[in-house]
Amino acid sequence: MLTAAELEILGLSLKVAFWSMLASLPVALGLAMLLARAEFPGKTLLDGVIHLPLVLPPVVIGYLLLVGFGRSGPIGAFLEEQLGIVFAFRWSGAALAAAVMGLPLAVRAMRQSIEALDRRLEAAAATLGAGPFAVFATVTLPLIGPGVLNGMLLAFARSLGEFGATITFVSNIPGETQTLPLAIYGFTQVPGGDAQALRLCVLSILLSLAALIGSELLLRRARRRTQGA
Amino acid sequence: MRLEVAAAKRLGAFALEAEFASEGRVTALFGRSGSGKTSVLNAIAGLLRPERGRIAIDGETLFDAAARIDVPVHRRRLGYVFQEGRLLPHLTVRQNLLYGQRFGRRSAAARLDDVVALLGLGGALARHPHDLSGGEKQRAAIGRALLADPRLLLMDEPLASLDTERKGEILYYIERLRDETGIPIVYVSHSIDEVVRIADTVVLLSEGRVLDAGPIRETMARMELRPFLGRFEGGAVLEAHVAEQDLANGLTRLEFAGGSIYAPDVDALIGERVRVRVRARDVSLATVRPEAISVLNVLPGTVKALGEASGASVDVQIDVAGTVLLARITRKSVDALALVPGRPVYALVKAVAIDRHSVGWA
Repeated sequence: MLTAAELEILGLSLKVAFWSMLASLPVALGLAMLLARAEFPGKTLLDGVIHLPLVLPPVVIGYLLLVGFGRSGPIGAFLEEQLGIVFAFRWSGAALAAAVMGLPLAVRAMRQSIEALDRRLEAAAATLGAGPFAVFATVTLPLIGPGVLNGMLLAFARSLGEFGATITFVSNIPGETQTLPLAIYGFTQVPGGDAQALRLCVLSILLSLAALIGSELLLRRARRRTQGA
Repeated sequence: MRLEVAAAKRLGAFALEAEFASEGRVTALFGRSGSGKTSVLNAIAGLLRPERGRIAIDGETLFDAAARIDVPVHRRRLGYVFQEGRLLPHLTVRQNLLYGQRFGRRSAAARLDDVVALLGLGGALARHPHDLSGGEKQRAAIGRALLADPRLLLMDEPLASLDTERKGEILYYIERLRDETGIPIVYVSHSIDEVVRIADTVVLLSEGRVLDAGPIRETMARMELRPFLGRFEGGAVLEAHVAEQDLANGLTRLEFAGGSIYAPDVDALIGERVRVRVRARDVSLATVRPEAISVLNVLPGTVKALGEASGASVDVQIDVAGTVLLARITRKSVDALALVPGRPVYALVKAVAIDRHSVGWA
């Protein structure tokens, strides 16, 4: 049904979305905890910076990533020399761009669930002998589980649709950085590519629908488990 | 067990400035809503950090502002039963009960099977908190605190969220707990009925300060505190034991140091120790022994002291062979009977005025 080239595009899209989701999880959870629980100077500024990818043109994020994480950029050069990690024009760069773009969605969802958590339950656990880390692992994390899951699914879905930042940062290289949206864009730019573009559009719609329905089912199960509703 | 508490903290417009010591098996922190009872309990537990003060159990300092000692909550080894239970919603009852053991809080004395039997939780172990009734939740919360090997149990109005029937049920379990485990309890309540039933020591709080602290018999009979107990709540507490069950008439004869008193249908065995609260407004006085009267309890004594008049009424302390009763009568009657300290009188108490809520196991 799908050609080998289409399967490659689909596989790459899923790979990029999966790793961007996984990489942004600890960052998003840490930021969400910080914003929900801590009071510090510059909190409003940090909150604003995290939300920038939602409102800035994606091309701005992509260009900033290129400047910072490109092979001659300050961070990119350091990572390549010290750790041998390269983001520029690699699939990992596409994952990085997608992670940055999805971060505000993940942080928002997680922060809401942390703020909705009844902190008196954490106090109760402490009276039973649980130290701060144990309280987080056995009370906080399980109870905000649905919110964390929701945040991850949003980040995953956002990654599948990422276009502007990705194409600016890592270009449109078949087999390396050409995810579904980039491939569709590519076909619309060449004469006679309409049929191909349309096939990928249908694939894109099916994939998004599957992700949405799957996430709804997962969330329902997680909520039932933690709240018994 | 000796508990020493001195805690001062400003909380908005409210100032906590409480200091007391207790060696009671059950110490009640008693007072109206907003009197600072829960704040004191939270300071003992470590959930509220006082600005000044010192908190110690059996000489071990848990908190000392001057010495900069503040043992973290999870290392204080105190059991806390919260007003709303606070069971962990994602765990089953069994997992909630055993939660403390994950952190090495394992009691040699309290085993799961014993606690489950004591609190009647056998049918609930596999269920989640949202499937429990209010009474079951509270029993599970008590069991959870108990199994975490506490040296002291803190209970914050554990009956507040329950209906009358469930209240009696949980109170019964708390009484068993007190008598069977020997773990001292600090019990917060604004209900005089609960306090009288289970406590032996009372700390009376008002607006963040301790007004009085001591054995329940003395505290409850002290007249000068009456306004803080509420208009109808003043009264004396008698320590008694069941002497006779008159099944034909549904009456129980209770013997106390100063004599005996009849009460309707006390649900206890002969010889069992009970505590009876006799409310001041249920006690009348006579200067001669009345005859042809329906009142069953006629107790000879002498007037010990007269309280300050409040409106039309005066509280009179009556010494009944060493036990102090409190009678609330009108100023008019005090004048008519020429009551002065030392005068012999008879204290009259209708048996039916002593209801189920006035009697508890001592």
